[in-house]
Amino acid sequence: MSEFTLTLIKLAFLAVLWLFVIAAVGVIRADLFGSKAAARAAQPPQRAARPSRPPRAQRSNVPTKLVVVQGERAGTVIDLTGAPISIGRANDSTLVVTDDYASGRHARLYAQDGQWIVEDLGSTNGTYLGRTRVSRPMPVPPGVPIRIGKTVIELRK
Amino acid sequence: MNQLGEQIRRQLPYQRRNAASLALLIFAMVLTLSAFAEVGLARDGQIPAGLFGYGGGLVVLALAAYFVQAKFAPYADPLLLPLAVALNGLGLAMIYRLDLDTQPNRRAAAAAGQQVLKDAADAPSQLMWTFVGIALFVAAVLIMRDTNRTDAPLSFTPKTAQRYTYMIGLGAIILLLLPIVPGVGAEINGARVWINVAGFSVQPGEFAKLMLVVFFAGYLVNKRQAMSLIGKKIGPLSLPRARDLGPIMVIWLFCLGVLFMQKDLGTALLYFGLFVSMLYIATQRVSWVLIGVGLLAVGVFIATLLPFMGHVNQRIDIWQNPKPYFDGGCLLENGKVEPVNPDTDIYKQYDEELERKAAEYERAGDTGKAEQTRLIGPGWYACSKLGGEYSDSAQLMKGLFALGEGGVLGTGLGQGEPWRTPLSFSDFIFDSLGEELGLTGLMVVLLIYALIVQRGMKTGVAARDPFLKLFAGGVSFVLALQVFVIVGGVTRLIPLTGLTTPFLSQGGSSLMANWILIAILVRMSHDARKPAPQAIQDEGMTQIVSTR
Repeated sequence: MSEFTLTLIKLAFLAVLWLFVIAAVGVIRADLFGSKAAARAAQPPQRAARPSRPPRAQRSNVPTKLVVVQGERAGTVIDLTGAPISIGRANDSTLVVTDDYASGRHARLYAQDGQWIVEDLGSTNGTYLGRTRVSRPMPVPPGVPIRIGKTVIELRK
Repeated sequence: MNQLGEQIRRQLPYQRRNAASLALLIFAMVLTLSAFAEVGLARDGQIPAGLFGYGGGLVVLALAAYFVQAKFAPYADPLLLPLAVALNGLGLAMIYRLDLDTQPNRRAAAAAGQQVLKDAADAPSQLMWTFVGIALFVAAVLIMRDTNRTDAPLSFTPKTAQRYTYMIGLGAIILLLLPIVPGVGAEINGARVWINVAGFSVQPGEFAKLMLVVFFAGYLVNKRQAMSLIGKKIGPLSLPRARDLGPIMVIWLFCLGVLFMQKDLGTALLYFGLFVSMLYIATQRVSWVLIGVGLLAVGVFIATLLPFMGHVNQRIDIWQNPKPYFDGGCLLENGKVEPVNPDTDIYKQYDEELERKAAEYERAGDTGKAEQTRLIGPGWYACSKLGGEYSDSAQLMKGLFALGEGGVLGTGLGQGEPWRTPLSFSDFIFDSLGEELGLTGLMVVLLIYALIVQRGMKTGVAARDPFLKLFAGGVSFVLALQVFVIVGGVTRLIPLTGLTTPFLSQGGSSLMANWILIAILVRMSHDARKPAPQAIQDEGMTQIVSTR
C-alpha cells in the first residue's frame, strides 16, 4: 500500500463518517420542516405566531380574562397576565374554590406559545374541557367551559 | 372530519419510519465494516480476517435487533438503534485494532514467563459483550412490547416502573454500596467500583445509574407541583420553601459521601447533575439549577480544604499542571511538586536501594519478600520517603500527545500508535480515536452522541405522561453528562475521572446498561409517536385535540 492510497482511504473513511451523520440529520429533518409529502397534503402554510409578540390579527383571538360562570364564586373575573393560574381548594391557589368536589390542587392553566393550556393536577373528580375529561395538558379555546367540581370557568377575549 | 384528521396525521412527522431506520442501520454497518477494512489495509495491505468475524457478527446482531424493533415497536424513533450500532461498531473496530498491536507483545511476554498485563484490549470479549448487550436490547423490547391488554403476561412498560419507585431507588443504593462490601466488592486499577459475580467483574454503578433515573422520575412526578408552584418570589427568582429543599440536600450529602468514600469526583458530579437536571425538567425553575450549582461548588470547595482529601487536591493539581507529574510526581506538604520520574537522581537512588534490599532478602532465602520489594515502584517509594503524595500524569499526557499527533485529519485507522497510552481501549478510547480519526472524526463521534441525546429529549417532549417525560429526559441527560465528564477529563477540560465512554469503551457492564437504556428510549419513543387512539365521539374539536 502506497502512502498515497492510504491517505485516500483515510479521507474516504472520514467522508463516510460525515455522510452517516448527515444522513441521520436528514432523517430527522422532517421534525423541523415537515416532509415534502406532508407539505403538499397540508393546507397553505401558516406561520406560527411568535409567543412574545403575536401579530395584530391573531392578538384579538387571545383570551384576556378568566370568568367564573357557575359555582359559588360565579362572576369573579381574573385578568390573564401570562402567569400560570392554579385552581383548587388550597389557600395559596390563584383561584380558590370552596367546593367539596374540588381537590386541594385541582388544575392549572398556563400560557404556552400564545395559547392557554389546562392541565389536571391529579384531581380526584377530574377536570372537564367541554365534555372531554382532561387527562393531559390541552389547549383551551376561548368560550369553551372548563368544569372543576361545581365550578365552571371560561376564557374570554 | 375524517379527512382533516388524516391530513393532520400526515403533516406530523409521527409515523412509521422503519425504512429510514433500516437504511441508516445498513449505513452504520457499512461504516463499521469499512473501519475494519481500513485497519487491515493499512496494516497488512489486505482485507483482514477480522472483518468477517467481527463485522459479520455485528451485522447479524444489528439486523436481528432491527426486526424486533420493527415488529414490536414500529413507531419507535428511527435514529436510536442505528446511532448506537455505529458507536458500538466504531468502538469494536478500535479495540480490534489495539488488540492486534498489543497481542504479539502479550504473547512474547507470556512465552518469556513474564507477568502478563491482565487489563488489555480484548476484541473477542468485546464482541461477546456486544452480543450480550444487543440480546438484552432485544429482550427488553420484547418484554416491553406494546400490548393492548394491561394484564398481558410479562408486560413491563417503562410506565410500570413508576409503581416500584421506592423499591427501585432502594435497589440502586444497594447496587452502589455493593462494591464497598468486603468479599463481594473488588478493586481494579485503584477504583473500588466492581463486584465479582460468577467469575465476571461487574460494575454495578452502570445499572444503578438507570435505576436512579427511575427513582428520581417517580419521586419528582409526585412532588413537582409543590416544588414548582409554591415559594417566595425574590426578583426574577422564585425561591422554594425550606422543607422542599430536603430532597436536594439528601442527594447532595449522598454525593459528598461518594466523593469522600470513593474519592471519585466524576461519579459524584454525574449523580448530582442528574438530580438537578431532572429537578429542572420537573419544575422548570431556574432557581433549582442555581441552588444545585451553588451546592456543588460548596461541596468541591470543602473537599479541597479537608486534609485527608489530598487525592482530590492532587487530581485538580494534575489537571491544572500535569507536566511535573509525568511518569511520576510527588505533591509535597507545602504544595510544591517534586518530579520523581526515572530520569531524576532521587528515583535512581531509591531504585538502587530497593534493588539492594531485594537482593538482601534473596540472600536470606526469603524469595516472597524479594518479589514484593521488586514490585514496589521506586517513584512511589521515593515519594513516601519525601512525605508527599505520589501520582502519575503519564496517562493523561500521553492521551493529549495522541490527540496532538492526530491533528485535524488523524493518522488513519491502523496507522497511529494509540496503544502507547495506558487504558487506550477503555477510559482513553476517545483519545485513541482522536489520534487515528483526527478532529474531523471526533466531531462525528460527538455529533452521534448529541443526536442520541437529542432524540431522547425529543421523546421526552413528545411523551404524554409526566413520569415518562422525566424518565426520557433523565436517561438522555445522564448519557450526555457521562460523555461530558469522561471526554472533558481525557481532553483536560475538567479534572480526569474514570468513567466509561458509552458504547465505545471496552467493558461488559457499560455496554449492557447502555443497550438497555436505548431499548427503554425506543419503547418510550414508540409510545410518544404512535397515533393517538381514535376518539369514539365524532366531534371535530376533540378529534383535533386528541391527535396532537
